[in-house]
Amino acid sequence: MILALLAILAGFAARLMLGTSAMAATSLAVCTVVILNLALMRLAAQETRIAKIMAPTLFGLGLLWSWEMITVGLHVPFILLPPPSAIGLAIFNHLLILGQDFDQTVLHAVLAGYAIGCGTGFLTALAIDRSKFLQAGLTPLANAFSAMPIIGIAPIAIEWFGFGWPSKAAVVVLMTFFPMLVNTQAGLQQSGAMERDLMRSYGASYWLTLLKLRLPAAMPMIFNALKLNSTLALIGAVVAEFFGTPTVGMGFRISTESARMNLDIVWATITVAALAGGLSFALIAWGERVVTFWHPSFHKRIN
Amino acid sequence: MTKILAPITVVFALVIIWYVGAYFLNAPQATALMDPDGPQNFWAVLQACWTMDRPELPTPDQIFSNLYDSICNNPLDSPRNFLLQTAYTAQAAITGLLIGAILGIALAAGIVHSRVLDRSLMPWVIASQTIPILAIAPMVVVALGNIGFTGLLPKAAIVGYLSFFPITVGMVKGFRSADTLQLDLMRTYNASGAQIFFKLRWPIAVSFLFPSLKVAVALAVTGAIVAEIPTGAQVGLGARLLAGSYYGQTEMMWGALVLASALALTMIGFVRLGEASVRQLRGGRL
Repeated sequence: MILALLAILAGFAARLMLGTSAMAATSLAVCTVVILNLALMRLAAQETRIAKIMAPTLFGLGLLWSWEMITVGLHVPFILLPPPSAIGLAIFNHLLILGQDFDQTVLHAVLAGYAIGCGTGFLTALAIDRSKFLQAGLTPLANAFSAMPIIGIAPIAIEWFGFGWPSKAAVVVLMTFFPMLVNTQAGLQQSGAMERDLMRSYGASYWLTLLKLRLPAAMPMIFNALKLNSTLALIGAVVAEFFGTPTVGMGFRISTESARMNLDIVWATITVAALAGGLSFALIAWGERVVTFWHPSFHKRIN
Repeated sequence: MTKILAPITVVFALVIIWYVGAYFLNAPQATALMDPDGPQNFWAVLQACWTMDRPELPTPDQIFSNLYDSICNNPLDSPRNFLLQTAYTAQAAITGLLIGAILGIALAAGIVHSRVLDRSLMPWVIASQTIPILAIAPMVVVALGNIGFTGLLPKAAIVGYLSFFPITVGMVKGFRSADTLQLDLMRTYNASGAQIFFKLRWPIAVSFLFPSLKVAVALAVTGAIVAEIPTGAQVGLGARLLAGSYYGQTEMMWGALVLASALALTMIGFVRLGEASVRQLRGGRL
């Protein structure tokens, strides 16, 4: 713990020294790297909860720090890779633009597309649940679709639904539909034959069995699809904006500002996208923990 | 029997829906363009919808005849030839996939053998999957272009970056799948770390490599197409898609899409072939 603090202090000092003395900065940087590695080794050997969180955090901080040191110290061209401090400053300076982009891309295109895509995928899986024929017909098709570059549909969607966010939402719908369909369908097969027999001996109807047994059993796989789709949806919306969009949106910002060499704004947008992706993933993971608390993967490890 | 019949039926139904959809989407434009002196009945409109130039939704036969025309009526080195464009995209996708596979396996081996790497790097590898990595593609292309790298390399770099995550995650799991008993046995043989790795961990992990590769292939083709967009639409299927959307050439867009899908499915087919041949070598088990 003390080593970690020491590493952070030395790293900070090294960054401050960069402006004044190259020698001092270099020697301090070497010290930081050594202490950081010692701290990481110590943390990796510990089994405590704090160590398990501290190790990746420290590693991430170290990565950010070396990025900053290398870009500033070696005068890496700004166009190639701006230092993290410049990116932080860009986020602060362009908060309004970043907020508008976030609203356009995430709150409109992604949310609408994700909800419709996952919803229809789920309902379709339920609808074809009783027909073996449709299941056998749709599954290979859905598998083939998951391998295809669906993102290529973006220019066609723009032609049909216009430049605004609905065309991006349409791409997201198509990207999220098939993973949800396949996973829900597989999930509905997860309940055991014994359990289904038990439901039958209770005289439970199809719908009651679905509600009380098969849907809960399918939940782990449904959440699997929800997680997968949260990343896919964000990618779909951002990349669809590369093909054409009104002058707002995260994909628009990334493509125009990288063409104008304003790499700090590009990285700021990517940071926002990463935060949005990470947060939504965490939110779904939390929901999964609440809904499927019974699943073995959430049991405390015994030993 | 159902296994073959059912997908065929579904595809057939989709094609019918497609033709009906083409009628409804193209009808307003088609009627406006029709010869005012000609017949105005339903059949004439239907025929106009299914054969018009630059339709909202081209019919499958229009897409395929356009593709056939592009492939067969142009020399192989002409940029109008779709096969050439597919070759550019395939080149980027396959080079990137190889880079990604080598990098991913190396990283996984490091994570399995070093506790420090496992604790500090693995959470980031997993977290990185929640981030829309594809979004940085234009930036990478522009940044690499600035220091003089153009053409294949930036595209392959993006594809490699995209495809190495699933491979790392899959291979870490694969390397860890060695049984405790088997590991103990290796230790009683006094096997070195390298021997354990190549004689026990690697053969087990290969069965995890193929599913990861299938995921990576889908990402690789998508990545190659997206990486072609910011270069000003010069070569490749992504460039054809963008050019098609600029000039309203819907058949060109659909043709590029069909070939991109065919490329992805072919690559998956090769992965399946590799999987099957490894299984054959091992006597039916993987």
